[in-house]
Amino acid sequence: MSEVLESSLFIFVLASFLGYAVITRVPGLLHTPLMSLTNALSAISLVGSLILAGAGEGTLATVLGSIAVFCAMTNVVSGFLITDRMLKMFKRREAPKKRADEEVTAR
Amino acid sequence: MRATLISLAYLFAAGCFVLALKWLSHPTTARRGVKIGEIGMAVAIVATLFQAEIVEYQWILLALVLGTALGVPLGLLVPMTAVPQRTALSHSFGALAAGLVGTAEYYLQQPDLSKTTMVALGLEVVLGFLTFTGSLMAAGKLQGIVMDRPWVYRGQNIVNLSILVSALVLVGILVADPGNAVLFPIIIVLSLIYGVMLVIRIGGADMPTVISLLNSFAGLSASMMGFVLDNKLLIVAGALDGASGLILSIIMCKAMNRSFANVLFGGFGAEDKTAGAVETRPVRSVDPEETSFLLDAARSVIVVPGYGMAAAQAQHKVRELCDALMKRGVDVKYAIHPVAGRMPGHMNVLLAEANVPYDQLYDLDSINSEFPQTDIVLVVGANDVVNPAARTDQASPIYGMPILDADQAASVIVVKRSMRSGFAGVDNELFYLDKSQMLFGDAKTVIGQVIDELSKLPAREVATV
Repeated sequence: MSEVLESSLFIFVLASFLGYAVITRVPGLLHTPLMSLTNALSAISLVGSLILAGAGEGTLATVLGSIAVFCAMTNVVSGFLITDRMLKMFKRREAPKKRADEEVTAR
Repeated sequence: MRATLISLAYLFAAGCFVLALKWLSHPTTARRGVKIGEIGMAVAIVATLFQAEIVEYQWILLALVLGTALGVPLGLLVPMTAVPQRTALSHSFGALAAGLVGTAEYYLQQPDLSKTTMVALGLEVVLGFLTFTGSLMAAGKLQGIVMDRPWVYRGQNIVNLSILVSALVLVGILVADPGNAVLFPIIIVLSLIYGVMLVIRIGGADMPTVISLLNSFAGLSASMMGFVLDNKLLIVAGALDGASGLILSIIMCKAMNRSFANVLFGGFGAEDKTAGAVETRPVRSVDPEETSFLLDAARSVIVVPGYGMAAAQAQHKVRELCDALMKRGVDVKYAIHPVAGRMPGHMNVLLAEANVPYDQLYDLDSINSEFPQTDIVLVVGANDVVNPAARTDQASPIYGMPILDADQAASVIVVKRSMRSGFAGVDNELFYLDKSQMLFGDAKTVIGQVIDELSKLPAREVATV
């Protein structure tokens, strides 16, 4: 196994475990924003697309790369915008009513 | 020097992404999570533009501008009810990007691809293209462009499986002989077909699971791209996305008591409706005025919303009703089933949009013990998730699915358009119980009427306690 592959696999496995640990703590309440946020984050494939589109390695690479940049950029922009739009709507009750204390402990 | 700085920028971005997900664990810190994610993304993009390999910028700039031009309306104008479609569409975009980059990398590098790179590249392309068409199909089904009912025929599993296996076998041949470039387009076509075939057989009730699964595939595809390009940031972000999709799919499967295999190969909801067996048992119906009396007299009410409520655009009226009840001293909670809505967590977003405070939203585990002490359960547009057959009737297709125990409350009022059965095509025992009453009509209209009736009632003396 090459050294590059070894370190890549290492990172992949650790990142998967880290992802598992962090994401299981996200409550069901926020699962839709979670999906749109991870979607925006995985559009980091933009990094690969940019290099491909800009490296000047022939028409095929430039065309496919540019389409990929377009797709990934759409996801970056729309993913972050809609996640924030959703999260903005999650509010607590303004003035906690009489039963509020009970409810918090009940949860 | 430049390469080191770029690597450090990528490391910084990876850290930001992990923090972004960590802060998403609570509504109060979640928006901070989005901010840090954006910072990480911006740093990574700018760093990439300084990469030595990039020599021409005109196409990049054009693509970035066009992507932004499409992304802004997709992010700002899409209504909350359509978020599942948008999500499916963005999975398909992300997967297409990965697939295309993989394709270009193959033609640039073949026949000098190492075996391991070819494995990663093959997986990237197969996952990328099948997720592309699969997600497009899912988006089409959710939007109602493609028929929502699953399309099933005999031997479908064998056909589907052989398409996928053929694609993987061809990848295997390319691993042995990367120069065999004729095979590459065939792999792409097979993957595209498999994506369509995978989703075409899946019904509306399984959409939350399928979207999560496609999310996971899109993430894995991006991660494989990281292997091909030896880009650690891509590997990390893809793995995070893949893990998230996988976790959500598992949660969705558990919430329906189904296995992955059953979702993908079962054709749930495809069975014929028990043809001709028209239900003749009587149900008790109730009018808006009576409903307002009942609700006003209750001490505690739990609302169980389903996708039917969102389809009728009734969430604002439901919130108005609950506000009016709370002013009268009634304790109101919302019980959210994990599969309520068309994607994981969808119902929470819809209710948050209608200004329901999130501390009034309860999930299955935290609310189920409260039903026996509850006076009235108001079921709005939900069906299968409150069907007691899931607990009692072993023959029922939804047997074993965790449900909200609405039948254990003192009484139940079901707001429903008609006696039509739910996604699963199963009759609901809850509607025929002595304690149940049906409030027939369009949810938005009838709940509006209940609010009007309620406002005519004299104020309750307990309201100020």
